[in-house]
Amino acid sequence: MNDSIRAQFPILHQTVKGRPLIYLDNAATSQKPLAVIQAIDDYYRQYNSNIHRGAHHLAQMATEQYEAARQTVADHINASVREINFVRGTTEAVNLVANAYGRKFIQAGDEIIVSEMEHHSNIVPWQMLCEEKGATLRVIPITDSGELVQEAYLAMLSPKTKLVAVAHTSNALGTIHPVKEMIAAAHAVGAVVFIDGAQALPHTSIDVQDLDCDFLGFSGHKVFAGTGIGVLYGKAALLEQMNPYMGGGEMIKTVSFRGTTYNDLPYKFEAGTPHIEGGISLGAALKYVQSIGLPVIAAYENELLQYATQAIQAVPGIQLVGTAAQKASVLSFLIGGIHPYDVGVLLNEQGIAIRTGHHCCQPLMERFGIEGTCRASFAFYNTRAEVDVLVQALQRAVKILS
Amino acid sequence: MALSISELEQEIAEEFDLFEDQMEKYEYLIDVGKKLAPLPVQYLTDDYLVKGCQSKVWLHAYHQDGRMYYEADSNTAITKGIIALLIRVLSGQKTQDILDCPLGFIDRINLRAHLSSQRSNGLSAMVQKMKAYAAAYHQ
Repeated sequence: MNDSIRAQFPILHQTVKGRPLIYLDNAATSQKPLAVIQAIDDYYRQYNSNIHRGAHHLAQMATEQYEAARQTVADHINASVREINFVRGTTEAVNLVANAYGRKFIQAGDEIIVSEMEHHSNIVPWQMLCEEKGATLRVIPITDSGELVQEAYLAMLSPKTKLVAVAHTSNALGTIHPVKEMIAAAHAVGAVVFIDGAQALPHTSIDVQDLDCDFLGFSGHKVFAGTGIGVLYGKAALLEQMNPYMGGGEMIKTVSFRGTTYNDLPYKFEAGTPHIEGGISLGAALKYVQSIGLPVIAAYENELLQYATQAIQAVPGIQLVGTAAQKASVLSFLIGGIHPYDVGVLLNEQGIAIRTGHHCCQPLMERFGIEGTCRASFAFYNTRAEVDVLVQALQRAVKILS
Repeated sequence: MALSISELEQEIAEEFDLFEDQMEKYEYLIDVGKKLAPLPVQYLTDDYLVKGCQSKVWLHAYHQDGRMYYEADSNTAITKGIIALLIRVLSGQKTQDILDCPLGFIDRINLRAHLSSQRSNGLSAMVQKMKAYAAAYHQ
């Protein structure tokens, strides 16, 4: 399937340092297909206008396209449009829930559970909330292979547990967590669950009704849309109970100095002129993903991951960090005593983009007693041939660095 | 007679000119780092860390007879190579000369462009710290 797909991503067709670019930093951000670039271009060339207010033609077109994108998002994750709040990204989704839900419902003595593997974005807002409310943050430990210790999680759950916030898929290691079971267990003690879906949406189908998660956040730019747009899904019943997050235009029904009434879902949490072309680009991106088919994507990426996992063994001193049974297409690794940054620089010199460092997961790195890893993360436009070049480039880097 | 800063810079630039391939330049840079005299362990503490480097650099400096002497280490091979070059150029020089030098060799050996901006920031932090030591001892 690959040549026709790669043709859809113009950025891939360039040389870096005189070599064909090999982009393996997809967990940080994904590249954009023509359909998305075209949607953004069309918006500015044909119908740029502020939405929801204007009676004129352009405003109607922009509103229609923006709301159609919201419908696409809703359909994509099996939610209703009222439950789709456009935000800047996963980080804002977490902060919105921590503020608009957490500050209203979390009290002193309550417990919030996160995992040791979370991205800082899914730790810090909860830490801030706990500090403010006198609540306790509890942390699910992980195994050496990079899986959550489910027994420890179940033992942690109690009537004190008010909220559980975990990623569907780890950005640093690629581990896919059994979130459906974890959500059911949390619900059994009356806790609500926030799922960080940032790394899940690009790789797998997410059905919020099947998962029964209360909240789900994800970022558009990781799922082939533009940057600065993301989604907070929340069950309508919960969103209704929450206070607005920010005040301003769009989120109001009527404003007077005697009192202001707030707009209905989903606009209640969307103060100010939204990221219109961002939302439209997200709709285009999800349609593009659907046109290929997530099962096809997942199967291809899994096959590529297996191939890469085997192929990388040819690098002397290679040590994979994160070897869970269920993984998205992420390879986190160390090579002997070599610092990941040296590897990153020498791969860059050979036209290969990977990520090095702690991946915004310092507690996870601490758990493994390391400062960081090298991370190659694959999308469905990556190929076996690129994996082969990666392995050769790593071998050359190791030779120089040893 | 010891070489001046600009003479040492010229010498380094000529060494790097021998390599056409950028990977070979890095290989040479890393070798230079491997040969750097070790930093006494008492200086491998946070007090001697250079802030602004993504990789860790520990830098110690002392002053003798109007000249600065530097010792350093890093936890990454490439940064260690860069700091080794800086030490080769600046260690043993007069404080005034260190404060005045533009250190153009970093650009001349075409490494800055090939290092990421974060790394370059680290490089600036190293140079600033070395100059700050010289300024502190300068009379």
